[in-house]
Amino acid sequence: MPIGIFMFLAALAIIAGFGVIMQRNPVHCVLALALVLMDLGVLFMGLDAVTLGFLQIIVYVGAIMVLFLFVIWLLNVQADPGLGRHLALKLFGSIGAAALAAEFAAIIVQAPKLSDLRPLPPDFGTVAALARSLFSDYLVAFEVTSILLLAAIVGAIALARKTSPALALVTPAPARDASALAPTGDAAAQRKSA
Amino acid sequence: MTIELVIGAVKAVVIVLLVLGLTTMMLWFERKGAALIQDRIGANRADIFGIGKRFGMPNFGIINTVLADPIKMFTKEDFVPDGADHFLHWLAPFLALFPVLVTFAVAPMGDVLQIGSHTIDLQPANLNVAALYLLATIGIGVYGIALGGWASNNRWALLGGIRASAQMISYEIAMSLAIIAVVVSYGTLDLQQMCRLQGGVWFGFLPRWGILLQPISFIILLIAGMAESKRVPFDLPEGESELVAGYFTEYSGGKQAVFMMTDFAEVLLVSVLIVTFFFGGWQVPWLARDGFHFPGGGHLGLPNLVVALLEFVAFWVKVVIFCFFQILIRWTLPRFRYDQLMRLGWKGLVPLGLLNLVVTAFVVVVAGGK
Repeated sequence: MPIGIFMFLAALAIIAGFGVIMQRNPVHCVLALALVLMDLGVLFMGLDAVTLGFLQIIVYVGAIMVLFLFVIWLLNVQADPGLGRHLALKLFGSIGAAALAAEFAAIIVQAPKLSDLRPLPPDFGTVAALARSLFSDYLVAFEVTSILLLAAIVGAIALARKTSPALALVTPAPARDASALAPTGDAAAQRKSA
Repeated sequence: MTIELVIGAVKAVVIVLLVLGLTTMMLWFERKGAALIQDRIGANRADIFGIGKRFGMPNFGIINTVLADPIKMFTKEDFVPDGADHFLHWLAPFLALFPVLVTFAVAPMGDVLQIGSHTIDLQPANLNVAALYLLATIGIGVYGIALGGWASNNRWALLGGIRASAQMISYEIAMSLAIIAVVVSYGTLDLQQMCRLQGGVWFGFLPRWGILLQPISFIILLIAGMAESKRVPFDLPEGESELVAGYFTEYSGGKQAVFMMTDFAEVLLVSVLIVTFFFGGWQVPWLARDGFHFPGGGHLGLPNLVVALLEFVAFWVKVVIFCFFQILIRWTLPRFRYDQLMRLGWKGLVPLGLLNLVVTAFVVVVAGGK
């Protein structure tokens, strides 16, 4: 990748990253985050990890960020009025930021030198190469991750069900008074027309 | 080097002009198709200087649909509601249209064209991961719709945007599963390569088109694609009986026209995908690079230019046929209820797609002997 394009994408990622934390409106924050993730996807493509770059855009920008937006609207999250005088929050925030900065500095110090870099194998970043390493070298990690995701989906569905058998064990059954639940004439008519 | 750049630029201009032109013509197809189904005459006004009348031509209403209506829309007042997010309200229509238009960059319009010593691949951008590329661009398309709804500062518009984001994400999964099954059966992500693999014949006469290989994927992609284009019977985000006009309630003039264009461009995109994956793309039955090879054994040699032209025309004719098919569906079915929509997506198409994918993978592994 030409260094100019890399500089542009890197600068854009940093600016958009500041946008995520500096803006008050949560929708603008999510959009800035989507821009960061898209930018990272393009950076991956420029560094020859083409498959990974497109998967990054499909999964993060195309699905997860849209779900973020969806949840923000569903919960009606309003613009953040700012921390004000929450000194404790500011303190913990500063400690967290310092820890992240230290970690980042350590990574930069430990990064391999330019002279140690080796050329990539010719099939680097192709679907075949990615699939081979996922299903051979990292097979156990891959399978464990997929089981974890499956468990999370099953758990979410179990929690979302109105008459969850799991919840019935810990909560008393609601009174089943049919007459109280039956819709009145007007409501029934409305429901029918809807 | 320069000549390569020129070729690339020409291909880009051709595809953009074709897509924009066809998108505008879709409006006319839509009106005439609606009239056909509802047993009306449809658009039949406007003539320039009485030319049509002088030569005794029937008036098809092309001029007022393709010329007068866009001029009217783009010269109307562009109204921005009070309290709207001005920047996002302005950005949203373009954020909706742009990803759809750039997806056409991987549409294979023909095999190869020989001009002098240059062999031109008639795909605007030859990506070897084109299937991933189009999934990515289709996935980004939801932002424009959802943000248009939110930035309008209108409850109906916001509800439309939320409905659109839920609907498009749900059907994207089914769509991806259908496309992945196709990719598994062809063994490539390259759309041009897929079209080439659909050349030749089975049993001596049957074109090797993907519909015979992946009929279930075809049905899933057709339904999910129609849901992605947000038109009847899947126009819940618009839902004018309950949401005024859904996500574009607060849009007028040119920006509303851009949203409308997005819908038509998506119909065109779904047709391009279906034709590429399942109907041979640019393949003409029994036409190879050196001319026709008829099933009976006859051979008709054709120069490369004629072959490329035939393929180009065949591709776009197939695309227009599928556009018209979608318009027929749009004017035939009533709108779904939201729970029906979700049930069809999550309990119908997604399990069917998964099953199709597993069976496809099994057959490919067994047949491939790996």
